[in-house]
Amino acid sequence: MPEANPEAKNDTKDKTGPSGNGSSKAGSTCILMRGVGKHFGKTRVLEKIDLDIKTGEFCVFVGPSGCGKSTLLRLIAGLESVSSGDLSIDGQRMNDVEPSKRGIAMVFQSYALYPHMTVYKNLAFGLKLGQVEQGEADRRIREAARMLQIEQLLDRLPKQLSGGQRQRVAIGRAITRQPKIFLFDEPLSNLDAALRVSMRSELSRLHKQLKTTMVYVTHDQVEAMTMADRIVILNAGHVEQFGPPLEVYHRPRTVFAAGFLGSPKMNFMRGDITEVGGDSVTVKLTGGGNVKAAVKPDGAKVGDTVTVGFRPEHLKITAGDKGGLTATVQLVEDLGDHSIMHLDRDAVEGRVLAKVEKVPATEGQTVSFEIPAAECHVFDAKGMALARRD
Amino acid sequence: MTGKVAARKGLFYLLVIAIIFYTLFPFYYAILSSLKTGTELFSVDYFPVTWNLGNYVSVFRDNPFATNIWNSVLVSFSTVALSLFLGLTAAFALARIKFRGRSLLLLTILGVSMFPQVAVLSGMFQMIRSLGLYNHLPGLVLAYMIFTLPFTVWVLTTFMRELPKELEEAAIMDGASSWTILTRVFMPLMWPALVTTGLLAFIAAWNEFLFALTFTLTNDERTVPVGIALMSGASTHEIPWGNIMAASVMVTLPLVVLVLIFQRRIVSGLTAGAVKG
Amino acid sequence: MADRLTASRVRSAWLFLTPMLVVLALVAAWPLVRTIWLSFTDANLLSMEKAKFVGLENFKGEYGLLHDKLWWTSVKNTLWFTFFTVTIETVLGMTVALVLNKEFPGRGLIRAAVLVPWAIPTVVSAKMWSWMLNDQFGILNHIGVQLGLLHAPLAWTADPDLLMASVVMVDVWKTTPFMALLILAGLQMLPKECYEAAQVDGVHPVKVFFKVTLPLIRPALMVAIIFRALDAIRIFDLIYVLTGTREPSMTMSVYARQQLIEFQQVGYGSAASTLLFFIVALLTVLYIVIGRVKLGGD
Repeated sequence: MPEANPEAKNDTKDKTGPSGNGSSKAGSTCILMRGVGKHFGKTRVLEKIDLDIKTGEFCVFVGPSGCGKSTLLRLIAGLESVSSGDLSIDGQRMNDVEPSKRGIAMVFQSYALYPHMTVYKNLAFGLKLGQVEQGEADRRIREAARMLQIEQLLDRLPKQLSGGQRQRVAIGRAITRQPKIFLFDEPLSNLDAALRVSMRSELSRLHKQLKTTMVYVTHDQVEAMTMADRIVILNAGHVEQFGPPLEVYHRPRTVFAAGFLGSPKMNFMRGDITEVGGDSVTVKLTGGGNVKAAVKPDGAKVGDTVTVGFRPEHLKITAGDKGGLTATVQLVEDLGDHSIMHLDRDAVEGRVLAKVEKVPATEGQTVSFEIPAAECHVFDAKGMALARRD
Repeated sequence: MTGKVAARKGLFYLLVIAIIFYTLFPFYYAILSSLKTGTELFSVDYFPVTWNLGNYVSVFRDNPFATNIWNSVLVSFSTVALSLFLGLTAAFALARIKFRGRSLLLLTILGVSMFPQVAVLSGMFQMIRSLGLYNHLPGLVLAYMIFTLPFTVWVLTTFMRELPKELEEAAIMDGASSWTILTRVFMPLMWPALVTTGLLAFIAAWNEFLFALTFTLTNDERTVPVGIALMSGASTHEIPWGNIMAASVMVTLPLVVLVLIFQRRIVSGLTAGAVKG
Repeated sequence: MADRLTASRVRSAWLFLTPMLVVLALVAAWPLVRTIWLSFTDANLLSMEKAKFVGLENFKGEYGLLHDKLWWTSVKNTLWFTFFTVTIETVLGMTVALVLNKEFPGRGLIRAAVLVPWAIPTVVSAKMWSWMLNDQFGILNHIGVQLGLLHAPLAWTADPDLLMASVVMVDVWKTTPFMALLILAGLQMLPKECYEAAQVDGVHPVKVFFKVTLPLIRPALMVAIIFRALDAIRIFDLIYVLTGTREPSMTMSVYARQQLIEFQQVGYGSAASTLLFFIVALLTVLYIVIGRVKLGGD
């Protein structure tokens, strides 16, 4: 499978590829951000962003609306200017460099295809501007078209294409430029659910094929979890956590990160620390009952107010009372392969959700439950997680 | 009840007929008169009695009318070309780039359309003379910019504002310069606005009288409006109405056809300017 | 601290603006300034280099504008002309707009027909109407006499008492379409529910017009009226071609041009032009200010 790697073809007249392209090896830092901030007038959109995205990795920026993920992507692209801090690509400072000279290609949410040009011309536009020689350009276009299975669409106009086809053309336009970095700005948001699932796997396949660095913005955590090598969770302009999806899922560092990933959301309950051990902490919950968490205390003291978190799938309904955790079953939602139980604890903190395969109790019944120490998270008053034992 | 409704409808259609009659009669009568020659003109007729095309021949023979038409064609097309070029480049800056003083600039440009022509007459006369353009058609084209630019810039800016930002950004990522974006990406998408402003500019240039009268001296540089206004007959006291009517019809017919074909565009262009103002 | 990327964009903006601005400066800014400057001199068309600065002589002086009866006549004429044409055109234009607003077979044709007077060059219109108003062979006199409205043919474009009427007549014919279109645009933006409600209530159409339609289109109507008024104050072509420089129909523009070109009094003519310019500018500013205030108050 031919790779769209800048090193593969050596074309001296090619201005679409970046300069000095032989230096980036997989594993080395591709995009480096140090103290990057962005403000529009008085509004601060991003603050003190420190990230290093490795060459060849698929990095996903995820977060709620308004968190600044799109802005961060556009900073990398050069469509917005960096207000403070440094942005480097392959070791070169890029703050003042034009977008087209950064070795980057971008796929927009609305595809942004040129409406008056055929698919072929859309794919060729950037190449012509970069003065890629005719034969080479044609080769790249057909190669990309083949990769994305849009060869039969080359003579059509964008308005004659379906949403999914337009998306492929947009991706194809990026591929032909043979960039160092691909940027995706919520590319699947405008597609219907079924198409989204198939496009997701296609993009992952594409990444494996091309082995190029990809930065992907989405608000959909499923896309983040399934596609990313590492994810960046952004909230209100700063980074909550940066790491591989499963690590962020199982070892969230902040309340926000914990609550963002996972559906249904993680359950949170407040309480005070009653015991501090070498590798565990016991918390008395405000709503009644005690839990023990397998976390390193790390400066936490008895009497500290903390937030305890546990995922719905880790809640175990028990036969007898263990640790004083009880609740009344308010509602059971059956989804076929699993059910969601809505448990009420005297309306103290809102509902606790449990995700079970078989429902052991009916609505109206009172149940006891426990949370395994290994699946129990503790967050201090500032929302920071106490480090896990393992 | 139906009697009342019928009466109202009858009145309505009577009104419609009255409007058509009022708007079209003068032109109809001009055509009528242009088909009469000599003494036939001295009698008043409501319907064509003869179909004499003599006037259409003599108007070219007795006057430099062909030259007038050719000059008007040259000037009008050049005016359109220049207005669109200047308007497009200016609109790009005004519509797509934020800079200080942008709205003030736009308002000032619009304000120029309020200038009385006489207020700039002497100054422009001097300027045209010093540029060596007196009694030359390019001088007229330049002068006409004073009334084509304001609405051209306004309409094109309004239209260009509506183009999606992501399209421009995609072009930037593709490495397009601002000029490339304007010509290869935006312009093809703007052709309705280009047609509208082009038409309005054409009609304005074709129609213009005061500057054409003041800035040309010899017959071979005169345009149609001036040519018609100055048409004189065989003797000094005789006004060649037949010729004048023939000239009028010839000059008006293509314009009317143009306007009828493009009436939607023209109407939207005119009202857009006024309503937004 | 402006970053380099934004700064270069702003630079390119001014680069793109330059051609248009240069031309506009050449044909609008410079000539206007020159005209205002000349109005303070005694420049003469044949010997422009010998112009001397004379201050406000052209305005206040013994032979200045303010003492020139002809100037004041042309001011009066201009105001009367504006008043009559705008009023008549608004009423007629409103009628036509109301008709065009209704759906009926052949509406497209009517709209096209209505555009014809606007499309015809002003000079041609003037000539066409000159011919129709001709005192000997004109069809209007003919009809008037035949119908008994006139005792004898009238010299529409020659008789001093009729000149103003003639120019108003022709301008109304030519410009009503424009007014009609502007008003129509305003009418078409109105919500249909008002009319339907009135219809259900059985309100007489005339009452609907005055109580519902008129108040609702007032903003659009005001815009159209101001536009027309500003155009009417500046008018030249029609007057000049139809009635030449005859006094009873002379407007300020015609007066100014006569002074400039015919009498070669460049200084004096420029003074007249300058006054006209400031009158128009004042009205424009007034309109914007009042418009803003109204919008703010609404």
